Amino acid sequence: MFEAVLLTVITAATPLLIAAIGELVVERSGVLNLGVEGMMIMGAVVGFAVANQTGSGTLGVLAAIVAGMGMALIFGFLVLSLVTNQVATGLALTILGLGVSGMIGEAYIGVPGLRLPELYIPVLSELPLIGPVFFQQDAVVYLGFALVALVAFVLFRTRTGLILRAVGDNHGSAHALGYSVIKVRYLAVLFGGGCAGLAGAYMSLAYTPQWVENMTAGRGWIALALVVFASWLPFRVIAGAYLFGAVTVLTFHAQAQGIGVPSQLLSSLPYIATIAVLVLISANRRLTLVNTPACLGKPFVPDR
Amino acid sequence: MRIELVKRTEHSRLMAVLSPVIAVFLTLIAAAILFQLSGKDPLLGLFTFFIEPLTDTWSLQELIVKATPLVLIACGLAVCYLSNNWNIGAEGQFVFGALCGSFIPIVFPDFETVLTLPLMLLLGALGGAAWGLIPAILKTRFNTNEILTSLMLVYVASLILDYLVRGPWRDPDGYNFPESRLFTDAATLPVIGDGRMSIAAPIAVVVVIVLTIVLAKTLKGFEIRVMGESPRAGSFAGFSKKRLTLFAFALAGGLAGLAGTMEVSGSLGQLLPTISPGYGFTAIIVAFLGRLNPAAILIAGLVLALSYIGGEGVQASMGVSDKIAAVIQGLLLFFVLACDTFILYRPRIVPGRSATGSEI
Amino acid sequence: MVGGMKPLAENEKKSGDTAQTDRRASGDVLLDGKSLTKRFGEILANDRVDLRINKGEIHALLGENGAGKSTLVKMFYGALEPDAGEIIWQGKPVQIDNPAAARALGIGMVFQHFSLFEALTVVENIALALPEPGNMKALAKRIESISSEYGLPLNPQDIVADLPVGIRQRIEIVRCLLQEPALIIMDEPTSVLTPQEADRLFKTLERLASEGCAVLYISHRLEEVKRICHHATILRHGKVVGECDPSKETPSSLANMMVGSEVIGVSHSGKAPELGPARLRVADLSAPARNPFATTLNDLNLAVHAGEVVAIAGVAGNGQGELFDALSGEVRVTPEMIYIDGQACGAKSINWRRQQNAAFVPEERLGHGAVPGMTLTNNIVLTRHGTNDGLVSAGFVSEGQSGELEQKVKTHFDVRMSHDNPEARSLSGGNLQKFVVGRELDRKPGVLVVNQPTWGVDAGAAALIRQSLIDLARSGSAVLVISQDLDEIFEIADRIAVISRGFLSEAEAASGMTRERVGLLMAGSAERSQGNDRKAV
Repeated sequence: MFEAVLLTVITAATPLLIAAIGELVVERSGVLNLGVEGMMIMGAVVGFAVANQTGSGTLGVLAAIVAGMGMALIFGFLVLSLVTNQVATGLALTILGLGVSGMIGEAYIGVPGLRLPELYIPVLSELPLIGPVFFQQDAVVYLGFALVALVAFVLFRTRTGLILRAVGDNHGSAHALGYSVIKVRYLAVLFGGGCAGLAGAYMSLAYTPQWVENMTAGRGWIALALVVFASWLPFRVIAGAYLFGAVTVLTFHAQAQGIGVPSQLLSSLPYIATIAVLVLISANRRLTLVNTPACLGKPFVPDR
Repeated sequence: MRIELVKRTEHSRLMAVLSPVIAVFLTLIAAAILFQLSGKDPLLGLFTFFIEPLTDTWSLQELIVKATPLVLIACGLAVCYLSNNWNIGAEGQFVFGALCGSFIPIVFPDFETVLTLPLMLLLGALGGAAWGLIPAILKTRFNTNEILTSLMLVYVASLILDYLVRGPWRDPDGYNFPESRLFTDAATLPVIGDGRMSIAAPIAVVVVIVLTIVLAKTLKGFEIRVMGESPRAGSFAGFSKKRLTLFAFALAGGLAGLAGTMEVSGSLGQLLPTISPGYGFTAIIVAFLGRLNPAAILIAGLVLALSYIGGEGVQASMGVSDKIAAVIQGLLLFFVLACDTFILYRPRIVPGRSATGSEI
Repeated sequence: MVGGMKPLAENEKKSGDTAQTDRRASGDVLLDGKSLTKRFGEILANDRVDLRINKGEIHALLGENGAGKSTLVKMFYGALEPDAGEIIWQGKPVQIDNPAAARALGIGMVFQHFSLFEALTVVENIALALPEPGNMKALAKRIESISSEYGLPLNPQDIVADLPVGIRQRIEIVRCLLQEPALIIMDEPTSVLTPQEADRLFKTLERLASEGCAVLYISHRLEEVKRICHHATILRHGKVVGECDPSKETPSSLANMMVGSEVIGVSHSGKAPELGPARLRVADLSAPARNPFATTLNDLNLAVHAGEVVAIAGVAGNGQGELFDALSGEVRVTPEMIYIDGQACGAKSINWRRQQNAAFVPEERLGHGAVPGMTLTNNIVLTRHGTNDGLVSAGFVSEGQSGELEQKVKTHFDVRMSHDNPEARSLSGGNLQKFVVGRELDRKPGVLVVNQPTWGVDAGAAALIRQSLIDLARSGSAVLVISQDLDEIFEIADRIAVISRGFLSEAEAASGMTRERVGLLMAGSAERSQGNDRKAV
């Protein structure tokens, strides 16, 4: 029982983790992409469709990443090249993603899905409890942790990361020093899109291996909240994602146990928890002010 | 050669008018391509989607029925967006308002007086406003991002509705269907015409007129515009950012709640597990297409309402998924935002460097 | 066609050739800008500008705000691309595509508004400007050694947000030095420094020049140009209007070249004013910093009497903004901390204070004093809706009334505009400042608080504004001017106080003050002598 709960927590947390770490990079570059939900749902439907057509989960995942990046490219073009309002454009991306995924997915409703295979790490996966939980997961789970470590390393230990943080902190100065603000941001936005696509694919190929319309159910938005929760620091995203994964899973199990609480109340817990966490974090002005990328959401037009 | 944006010294009034028109035109082209991609005749598709609904009285009435909530919600959202308050949870305010407005006809079905309807509308508006005030208070008290909180509350409101309709408010004589009892006549908005159109539509028009005057002529309207463009200057003018945030959210929530109540009382006649096809989100598009101007929002509301009916139309007669409506709505918002860029900037074609020698 | 024409040959003959033989370092030409032209929309920011810099010389680029100095140097630094003209660097024509290319050539720049990243450390900031910063630890060591060698010590691990402006400038200079530049461009470097800090900077510059590095020194401070520069090029309205050896000129002859006509000084109409009662009084004003980057105000005391102009001098970022916000009421404090005409009003709103006939002009014209995208008529409403001008009745704004006021301000203060009632952001800095000041002076306020009244404003507009401030005071009002510009302060103030790190020195008669004394106070010498040692920094 306990083992099963832990396993589902990991599967529930993984898509949040991946989408949030992608958005963290985007926001570190000074761009606020509210379209995570739209990119995720596109990843979910494209991943499912391609895996279904080709019979290959790997191809499905790759296609989902490309789909997420494609959505991000549209967003990037509007926000970076046409300097449109980032909030409104992100919303448009979500609306578009929900619509397009609905259209593509219509053919796949009720079609049995494909589940990503689990990787068995020799010896370690044989360990009791720890084995199945930590060393017997599908590749995406490991990829999620690897992404967090990679992002943390790149952001704080490499020149690329330094430039990215500089662009998010003061785009005028970065431009004055000769860095291409727009190029850096395009790359960050594409990375965020790829992550969101991957997170979506995980939803439809591992979390619940099937296509259901609107199946991301606000997870893209929760991922956005996680970035705030993590105060833009990569490793804190893990804590946030697992906290939310745990809340989600607990509500499932509570419903299954049939405790005397309306199921709708339990279902609303992740959303209420998100609000509570946002309030707690943002009430601490010092923390948020110091870590928030100073140019977050601000338009940039190079003068030349 | 490359194209770059040059900031205009002042807003282009011409582009401000042209931008939504160009956006709609681009959307038509995109829609034609979509129909082509789905293997349908693009011209027939465009006709069925955008023209046919305008040719008979039933669908014209239906157009107004769908435009009414969109216009009401978008008017409130316009005040929010003008004042830089990113309320994207109108859908939740719509639902919660509808719940509060339905309290009397469901819990006290026998309370049938001339006061029933006005009380319902008042409760609905207050409920929507209360739901809208939650993110506003969190923003002003704790500096919490209102985008995320207002959106999270959409899910919460929908779940409350679901709970009530399946639980305590389920119709006792309804054979266990998840729906409330039907509203009595005293709790139903008077109908206009022979369709589902009620006096909700003229109420929306009155709201548009009042808001147009408030925004254009009054100090409050001035305050809203100043705060949106330059909060620092607004505080120099003696306006309070926090109070305006509360005002804008309460107004938007109130109008959404009013729209929600009129939807259940006028068009649906009862509470159902789902009472909105996403009006609260589509209204965001309406607000932007109307360039946050109430009078233009009236037209934009009709355009977006058309997309709902057109979607149903192409599904029924051409077998195209009605999801195409959502796609077209999303594209429309993209095009509006892209075209709005040229109100503030003008494009400039920069020839390659080789061409710029030592000559002027 | 353009290359062959030297539009200002006579100027060169007049002063340039003789200067060459004197202080101008004889040597090879380092940088030769030929006929550089840059246009922004309708404005010709640089019109066929020629500029020649020799190796090892400190070359002044003089001109008023808006004369095109910044545009020109940005082209040298690769931040802007010339529409026409060419740049010859060490004898070869070059195309400077971006700042990195400029740095690769050996051109470094110290910006007026620093191009630093607040959230990053000193060493990270410097690494960003180097093509190959290498190991961060090694770089930190190099920074420590170079910075102390040139008398500009830095701690590489400090976060920029925590550092005062003077230190931030050091970071920019050290950042240039690490690239072993042949030319350093400095844009108004002393505008943020105390006189003593400026002296230290001049020593560094002289040492650099002696080592063969050229400096392009942008300034409108004539005294310092005269003191340290070997050669000067003067720009006006985007054109070169003259070259000279500044040591052979007087400040007023330089000013004439910059402005193009005799500079109008302000007239004080007689001797020291008869002081009336204190109309604005600040009593033990303290306010905590509102955010990590703000300054705390510590027990400020000041009285401004009817008939006088009191100026508060100080280096930017020492609490001027915080003081202004408290005085205007945008930030509320305890009632007894601020009195207007004897009434305690520290907790009252800005409009309440306006109704007591006080008026305020903030530092930022665009975005604080005026809404950029709104018309001037609307911007009249911004500060006048709360006063008794009949602009608002029953909640409705009278457009006729605000239009009339706009016309009045426009004619009285000579606000020039391209068409009727334009958006605020389309006005030039000087014209918008005249509008923003005029909007308040039009009411004949009894108390006026103005922050940086002529910052970034052309000489003509500045003279007009300064004169009108003096005139207002002489008519019986109390005028408080917060300014970084010592020339301005000595020109108009009757008494001077100095703000430093949130402490305010006692106001002293301007006649008894010297620049040196103000400089010492700006550097914080009064902070501890204020009788509140418990709060000493």
